Amino acid sequence: MYGLGIAKGMWVTFTHFVDTYVQDAQYLFRSAKYRSSRLPERQGPKTARGLFTVEYPREKLQMTENYRNIPFLVYNSTTGQERCTSCGICAKVCPPQCIWIVRGSDPETKRPKPEPVEFTIDATICMSCGYCAEFCPFDAIKMDQNYEMGTYDRWNDLVLTKDRLMKPDTYHYQIHPSAKDAEAANIAKSEKAKNR
Amino acid sequence: MAEKIVTAPLAQLTPEMVLLKERFGDAIQPAEYEGIVIANDRLLEVAQAIRDDLGYDYLSSLTGVDYFDKGYFETVYHAYSLARGGGPLVFKARTPRDANAAEIPSVVSIWGSAEFQEREAYDMFGIRYTGHPDLRRILTWEGFAGYPLRKDWKEAYYEQDHKPFDSRWPGGHHVPAEERVQFHDNVTVSSETFNVESFTPEAEQLLYSGIIPIPGSGNGHGLHTDSVVVNLGPQHPSTHGVFRLVVRLSGETVEDLKPVMGYLHRNHEKIGERNTFSQNMPFTDRLDYLCSMSNNFGYALAVEKLMAVKPPERTEYIRVIMAELTRVMNHLAFCGFLTNEMGAFFTPFIYAFEERELILDLFEMASGSRMMCNYFRFGGLARDISDEFVQRLRHLVFERLPQKTDEMENLITTNEIVRARAIGVAVLPRAAAISLGAAGPLLRASGVPYDVRKAEPYSIYDRFDFDLVTGTNGDVYDRYLVRIGEIRQSIRILKQALEQLPVGEIQTGKKAYQTRVPAGQAYGRVEAPKGELGFYVVSDGSPNPYRYHVRATCFINLGSLATMARGGKLADAIIGLGSIDTTMGEVDR
Repeated sequence: MYGLGIAKGMWVTFTHFVDTYVQDAQYLFRSAKYRSSRLPERQGPKTARGLFTVEYPREKLQMTENYRNIPFLVYNSTTGQERCTSCGICAKVCPPQCIWIVRGSDPETKRPKPEPVEFTIDATICMSCGYCAEFCPFDAIKMDQNYEMGTYDRWNDLVLTKDRLMKPDTYHYQIHPSAKDAEAANIAKSEKAKNR
Repeated sequence: MAEKIVTAPLAQLTPEMVLLKERFGDAIQPAEYEGIVIANDRLLEVAQAIRDDLGYDYLSSLTGVDYFDKGYFETVYHAYSLARGGGPLVFKARTPRDANAAEIPSVVSIWGSAEFQEREAYDMFGIRYTGHPDLRRILTWEGFAGYPLRKDWKEAYYEQDHKPFDSRWPGGHHVPAEERVQFHDNVTVSSETFNVESFTPEAEQLLYSGIIPIPGSGNGHGLHTDSVVVNLGPQHPSTHGVFRLVVRLSGETVEDLKPVMGYLHRNHEKIGERNTFSQNMPFTDRLDYLCSMSNNFGYALAVEKLMAVKPPERTEYIRVIMAELTRVMNHLAFCGFLTNEMGAFFTPFIYAFEERELILDLFEMASGSRMMCNYFRFGGLARDISDEFVQRLRHLVFERLPQKTDEMENLITTNEIVRARAIGVAVLPRAAAISLGAAGPLLRASGVPYDVRKAEPYSIYDRFDFDLVTGTNGDVYDRYLVRIGEIRQSIRILKQALEQLPVGEIQTGKKAYQTRVPAGQAYGRVEAPKGELGFYVVSDGSPNPYRYHVRATCFINLGSLATMARGGKLADAIIGLGSIDTTMGEVDR
């Protein structure tokens, strides 16, 4: 019968239309709908129905642990010790070459010292590939999850210098919860290798 | 450092090549690493024999290589047999590295798919293909100075031949990119001799002259009518990206059509040659930005071929899972785009995007990014997938995706309006599809059962049970049906892969930030959602690829647009373009 196909299609549209209201009924009060604790349910692969988009910025998704955006440097929050040793692997592996490192040297002995004097990441060039974090042998550079980087001032806000890149390891463990055990295991392993 | 003299081993001739050699004698010589070199004066003759007598009816890839030190340009051809499947016949043609007189006969008369690819090679290397019907620049703009893929050409932001740049470490004081522009304003043309106002590029005139109306051709009813040339775009053609169609119209009927592309050109391949091997991986994400996992797959395969590395079992399964999820996602999005093109503005499109969203969530979970995944490594993966990932995927594959496919079918397949707009529209006949090098769903909808996963199985595709979906008429409706069928087949593969997913390592060897790739040449190809995606990589043993070429499916598929659109209505040409399923990121590279 002519028109049956269209009717079938309209039925799909209609079910979608109803779905959105089912969802509204589920989260009867709008205030409940925008509660972020409800998000996993609304967004969940099993329960997502109807309109399951997120109404940013009123509600924000919980990022997965692997989510990556712009790199940052990690320092020990208790001792203040920087993890970075200026080995330059991140700068070498960086595909768009947006990492700039000045290696420091001791003023007396003239020997290179581990902490970088300057560490600059040009966030306008960074392609968020995550290679630096992946290949850093000291777990010193990690990918941040802060995606709200819009700014009016390109040179001051998007060329990230060392003081802006340095973040405590507590922050790192907060956004990468599984990293703590993995790093402890790594350190234990390298200690063992050293003692042997 | 002592200069290393590397003599490349000459290729072993396959029985077919021996046959050719017996027939054509000295015109055929074995080439380095793989394939044969054919003398220019007999190239057409031999190519004809390769197509007609040996049955290599499908020219997959044609590209140039600049052998600077050896002093010649080379054109490399990879021809396949659609009927027999299996590996390619690689042949090459050479011309001295003369800046202005590099010439190689054009093979457009034998394989239509050479038309765009030869134009690309001309654009990038300045090799003139004699006998080419329409030899103009294709990716760069008409007034572009120089040939960018020649080894002696330098880009505006040139710093050093190869990454990593010395200025980054250990004395890396930040210099803003703008200050590093060699020419300060990013062009090589001097402002004294060049006047924008009076500039009419020669090639622009050539473009129009190739399509200009035949005066007073009439409409066959005794009335004198003229056809008009209309520029569609840059932009509209249903906004798959910045793209332009030059159309000659008689009333509303398309008499001829020429696609103009390159608005998004960034010389991916030159960037690829500056990069180290591993640095290219995130750049491949940006080719066809809807299917970054498939792009990763193709590039990883090509380099693994060179390195002779085989990834572990678990990795192979995860790779297949990712590639098939990409296919499902891409084809769902295609259904949305297609209805968009037919005028069903955005509602079906958003329905299609719901499940795509869940798939992207999975990608983010595994790789850290929704679209720019950068997930594959040579001989492995960036990281393993978690149990939560597998659980979610299981639900998606066994419940949601089949439901979604049914829903899309309910919405589109039997819809009378869609059928009226799609059946018999933008037909691509079987013979034309083969000659023009159409790939993927486009080729299969024209009735050619050819899929790289079956014809030359890569990874572990030979272990899965799935069918090829083919059409019969080669119209828009068939292309849609083929894609819906492929979603179902992909779900089948996903189900099997999930059942068999082994535990174990995900990386062969140690993951290193510097990849050592032995000298050689390799062409790795995968069946990407849009068709055959190939990567041709030449390594000279250094940390950077000597040549890195992408056989971009969308780019070559666009070559069949004119054949589809001729004689149809203008609005059907747009649907035809939509049914090819292009992504400008891959077309323009």
